Amino acid sequence: MIAGIGTFGDAFSFIVERRELLLEKTVEHLVLSGAALGVALVLAVPLGVWLGHRHRGSFIAINAANVGRALPSLAVIAIGLSVFGFGFTNVLVALVVLAVPPILTNAYVAVDEVEPDAVEAARGMGMTGGQVLRRVELPLALPLLFAGIRTASVYVVASATIAAIAGGGGLGEILFNQASYRTEGLVGAAIVVSLLAFTADAALGGLQRALTPRGLRRKVPAFEPDVVTRTGR
Amino acid sequence: MTNEPVIPEFGEASRCVAENRFFCADWVRDNWAGVLQPALVEHVKLTAIAVAAGFAIAFVAALVAHRFRLVEGPFAAFSAIVYTIPSIALFQLLVPVTGLSVLTVEIALVGYTLLILFRNVLEGLRSTPPEVLEAARGMGCTRRQTLWSVELPLALPAIVAGLRVATVSTIALATIAAFVIPEGLGRPIFVALRDYFKTEIVAAGLLAIALALVADALLVLAQRALTPWAHARRTA
Amino acid sequence: MRAPRQAVEIVFDHATKRYPGREVPAVDDLSLTIAPGEVCCLVGPSGGGKTTAMKLVNRLVELSSGEVRVDGRSVRSLDQTELRRGIGYVIQQVGLFPHMTVAENVATVPKLLGWSRAAIDERVDELLDLVDLPARDYRARYASQLSGGERQRVGLARALAADPPVMLMDEPFGALDPITRARLQRELLRIQGELRKTIIFVTHDIDEAILVGDRIAILREGGVLVQYDAPDALLARPADEFVARFVGADRGLKRLSLVRLADVPLDPPNGAVTPVAPDGTTLRDALSLMLSEGSQQLLVVDGDERPRGVLTLERLTELLS
Repeated sequence: MIAGIGTFGDAFSFIVERRELLLEKTVEHLVLSGAALGVALVLAVPLGVWLGHRHRGSFIAINAANVGRALPSLAVIAIGLSVFGFGFTNVLVALVVLAVPPILTNAYVAVDEVEPDAVEAARGMGMTGGQVLRRVELPLALPLLFAGIRTASVYVVASATIAAIAGGGGLGEILFNQASYRTEGLVGAAIVVSLLAFTADAALGGLQRALTPRGLRRKVPAFEPDVVTRTGR
Repeated sequence: MTNEPVIPEFGEASRCVAENRFFCADWVRDNWAGVLQPALVEHVKLTAIAVAAGFAIAFVAALVAHRFRLVEGPFAAFSAIVYTIPSIALFQLLVPVTGLSVLTVEIALVGYTLLILFRNVLEGLRSTPPEVLEAARGMGCTRRQTLWSVELPLALPAIVAGLRVATVSTIALATIAAFVIPEGLGRPIFVALRDYFKTEIVAAGLLAIALALVADALLVLAQRALTPWAHARRTA
Repeated sequence: MRAPRQAVEIVFDHATKRYPGREVPAVDDLSLTIAPGEVCCLVGPSGGGKTTAMKLVNRLVELSSGEVRVDGRSVRSLDQTELRRGIGYVIQQVGLFPHMTVAENVATVPKLLGWSRAAIDERVDELLDLVDLPARDYRARYASQLSGGERQRVGLARALAADPPVMLMDEPFGALDPITRARLQRELLRIQGELRKTIIFVTHDIDEAILVGDRIAILREGGVLVQYDAPDALLARPADEFVARFVGADRGLKRLSLVRLADVPLDPPNGAVTPVAPDGTTLRDALSLMLSEGSQQLLVVDGDERPRGVLTLERLTELLS
């Protein structure tokens, strides 16, 4: 075990020595994660928000997160690999599949659970459905919606690590490659990817705070698992 | 000298396997007992230990935090940090310390359950309606009696919700355990990835997903059984 | 039903409660004695310390100085938990345990006290019948399946379960609609008639206090006792401006509602054509009837419609003074 601790020292040396490689891989990692997240956002947010606004499709929307959580990222990536073969696009698809559920569920619940009194008052004042959505529901739904995006982001960054087995690039390429990089390389890459995850979470947390309308700005938790756990549905 | 077929001796491999189609039922049938079932059993074991241990730790921590508010911050922060570290990374960070062992895997898996379980148990305890607490106090229930007879039963929905998420997530994460030790449903996946053998990947993957969904459904049923008052309908 | 336990006396002896950082005490030097078997209503404006005073008895609030004695013993000398198990506690929102059935709720204190299963079951049935919720139907129900009035009845049964000599009731009917409230007030009077517990009943509704209370203690802001009297005395002779305003300008009429036609001396029937009223009618309603019919007198009849006598407006005015 003592020898093990020494490995950490070697790992830090690795990080310093091979920083260009790490930077390159980090960028790959971020590009992959960002692309997957982007696609997932485009797919899941409008759908979730619209369903929540109409208060329809709750079974699907809520159980999406449940099912999503049950999907082992490894299995999804491996299956995606079987279907599409190696390469960036294929890994992207797998990551999108993993990212959509938490975003979808949070988007749905966030809009669905907006205080009905507020919505009714807005309607009563003569706002159209679209105006109610834009001016009342979305601002009020933002905190929860963003919590889901935050969860999904951290999840995507983590899953992208596994994507390396399918040729997606990123820091996983180092993590899975004992032969080339040895233990200290693996540990080093592990440290870097962890830092990446923390940074992403903290950045999104800051963004979440910034976007939350002042009146709703109760304490934004440092880390918040997705909403299904909160509502227990 | 006969031309030996290139395929294995235990009979002809089906065309499906030879062509490496997406999913070959016959391969699954043939290899169920030998490959898939043992992996499934190992997987269930890994998950059960992780969730049980994680729950034990988180439960105690939540009880303490319920009594002494100051504990909440540190424990929540700690479990949140562990939660954010990508699983592979966490395994790699543990391996130098605890080796390529079940212990490494279990430590990581337990760590991932802590945040959810801690949060949910604590919030469940805190959600007791204040008038119920006042009535209990006024009637002469001691603090301990109130905790075990009133607060905990009423916290069950939140606790089970947390267990659901923890169990399902752990089943999914345990597939990656095969990276460290050759156990669980991740093993067939890793093995098959090397040869790019689709059926095995798909079969093991689907099995993991099915396991998670079944576990989730069972927990939902358990919750219904444990909380009859939540489903009582007005008969009057 | 078993013979109810002997009621006991409650004494506040210069009881004071001061909260840190506040100049004015919540309860200021309160001294009063509640006789065994009496219902004492603590009445006053919000923030008047009436709930705080009541909670001094079961130590949900601890005394700053002075004493509170139950059955001659200072509450401070008793173990807190044991004290509370010997006092029935009823609050406005009831606080029924949502995860327990009605029967389990009612059985709470007996179970804490270690009664036998059989004794508990018997007692639960007894109590549910007492509060007019047939045990057969209600035993297995959950709180979410009950109406507001039913819930408070269960709350009452639960408080009575271990047959405590003392009951503390904090605005118990405040959350109910007027009809249910009136019904439960009558129920309480009936039950009290049978059981004769010593009850402290907090309310901000003077009419409720007059109906329910044997004696009424008026507390003003700062927990100061202003007057402590039977309802009629309180209405007839309010101690000061504050009390007079609190009981209302119609206190004369309120006094009339305390008396029934059956209890007043009547003139012999004189054959005049007059409105008729049963002898259970309150003087207040009788007056109202005379005014609306434009008559100076009223014929009083008993339960079998037999005339008992005549009440004149003159006589009624005499009774008031």
